[in-house]
Amino acid sequence: MSLLDLTAVELGRKIKAGEVTAVQATRETLAQMKALESTLNCYVTIDEEGAKARAEAVQKKIETGELAGPLAGVPVAIKDNMCTEGLLTTCSSKILYNFVPTYTAEAVTNLEKAGAVILGKTNMDEFAMGSTTETSAFGETKNPWNTAHVPGGSSGGSCAAVAANECFYALGSDTGGSIRQPSSFCGVTGIKPTYGTVSRYGLIAYGSSLDQIGPIAKDVTDCATILEIISTYDGKDSTSLKREDTDFTSALVDDVKGMRIGIPKDYLGDGLNAEVKKAILDAAEVLASKGAIVEEFDLSLVEYAIPAYYVIASAEASSNLSRFDGVKYGYRAREYEGLHNMYKKSRSEGFGPEVKRRIMLGSFVLSSGYYDAYYLKALRTKALIKQAFVRAFEKYDVILGPAAPTTAPKLGESLSDPLQMYLGDIYTISVNLAGLPGMTVPCGIDAQGLPIGLQLIGDCFREKNIIRAGYAFERSRSYQAPAIAHSIGTPDPARVRTDAFGKGGRVNEQTV
Amino acid sequence: MANIISDETIEYVGILAKLELSEAEKEDAKKDMGRMLDYIDKLNELDTGGVEPMSHVFPVNNVFREDVVTNGDDRENMIRNAPEKKDGQFVAPKTVE
Repeated sequence: MSLLDLTAVELGRKIKAGEVTAVQATRETLAQMKALESTLNCYVTIDEEGAKARAEAVQKKIETGELAGPLAGVPVAIKDNMCTEGLLTTCSSKILYNFVPTYTAEAVTNLEKAGAVILGKTNMDEFAMGSTTETSAFGETKNPWNTAHVPGGSSGGSCAAVAANECFYALGSDTGGSIRQPSSFCGVTGIKPTYGTVSRYGLIAYGSSLDQIGPIAKDVTDCATILEIISTYDGKDSTSLKREDTDFTSALVDDVKGMRIGIPKDYLGDGLNAEVKKAILDAAEVLASKGAIVEEFDLSLVEYAIPAYYVIASAEASSNLSRFDGVKYGYRAREYEGLHNMYKKSRSEGFGPEVKRRIMLGSFVLSSGYYDAYYLKALRTKALIKQAFVRAFEKYDVILGPAAPTTAPKLGESLSDPLQMYLGDIYTISVNLAGLPGMTVPCGIDAQGLPIGLQLIGDCFREKNIIRAGYAFERSRSYQAPAIAHSIGTPDPARVRTDAFGKGGRVNEQTV
Repeated sequence: MANIISDETIEYVGILAKLELSEAEKEDAKKDMGRMLDYIDKLNELDTGGVEPMSHVFPVNNVFREDVVTNGDDRENMIRNAPEKKDGQFVAPKTVE
């Protein structure tokens, strides 16, 4: 077993015990990245020099006892929509191709305080708009289980990097399923916390009322540990919540006796792949055998979540993305006539098709004459969906279902029909509308050899219920990594792409 | 398709969204938006009479704080990423003739 196969918490423990150093772990991960990036493209930017220097500094602090947390010295990847001071942050968009933030996102700062070593920034759908990581302006990420398939999205780079051992854990963001769906497609574990649990300060906004940052890792223990570190009240985010129950690791208990688990019948109907359905029901059976009370119920309104989501998220996106105007940062068109033409040209040349599609839809539903019929209607629908969950959580501690209707589709299959791609988010989207916590845990492999993910949904502030259920379930099967994660022993120079570190990296002060 | 998006509507949306579309992009946008609105019209099946629009899932109201300055002069950092700058200021095309 290689060092890279350790979970984040296992590695942290070994570093603390002096069996391995942060420097060693960082060096091995960078070698893995060098060997695999030309195949997988998980990262937009790799900060080799920064990571090495940081590992040295962190290692010293661990040795003096200044850093003693569970993740001190563990290398991490950050989704490229979170600002990192001095390190290129693109949102996988041409419009931010040269943006070097002058401050760091709060969630990332929390990790740094805990001794994290940042390896680089992971690829994503442009501005987190997409379900496959194919809308990135910097090329698609490939699924480590089968490179002919997508890793899911929008946090596809983060999930693929975890699966391929190109980091020990990662941060992602989830607006409509962007942590849970790619976690399912890549066979890793990811949590979207209750809205307001993790500060959005420094997260480049898409749909502000829905966006949440969360952890992606190899198991539930890692995710609970990471979430505990990044969950802090932050006055810089006006939707940040003061919570006192963020000791998530206390829920890592293998005991679901008497836990009430509901499976929405609406999640098992038409459109759900038979192999996925079987794996989900088998997982429910495992929890039942451990003493949970499992039953099916009618959640209702499921088919209204996607239309409501696309109205709300697009409306918020059209407003949030108006800041990209070629004046303050990012791309500016070379040729233009006057101010307004400069705005229009910079935006039209800088944004990709999916982003433009959502900005236009959002502008339309917010325009006078349509605002009531579309935007307010969607907000009223959201209220009804929220009520449906309130009723469900009167009866159940956890809602169990699939994370996605299928396993990972092939590259190039999804973008030709956007509406069809949107429908793939059916099981994840309502969780964001209702502000609930949700988690994906791997629960099987289909006949094509692609992973299947189990989704566990909790009531607001009840992450501990889903962590407990996820932890108990995960005891029943061991973590499986894709073959590519073990395809190299020591890096073969012939496979190392010479430009592997040439596409981004820490930008020199002088060149900014 | 129930929702037919006219040329005028796409023109208007382009103005609101500050996007300049080629003729081909306009045709695609008309089709995409029409199809999306057809789908969104599904919401009309729901009776939402008497339901208050929900913008925030928690009863969090305005978050107030004392009006105290905590940050210093950050001008250099703020203009660091500007595509064009001069004398510590953003440069934009002339707006008034």
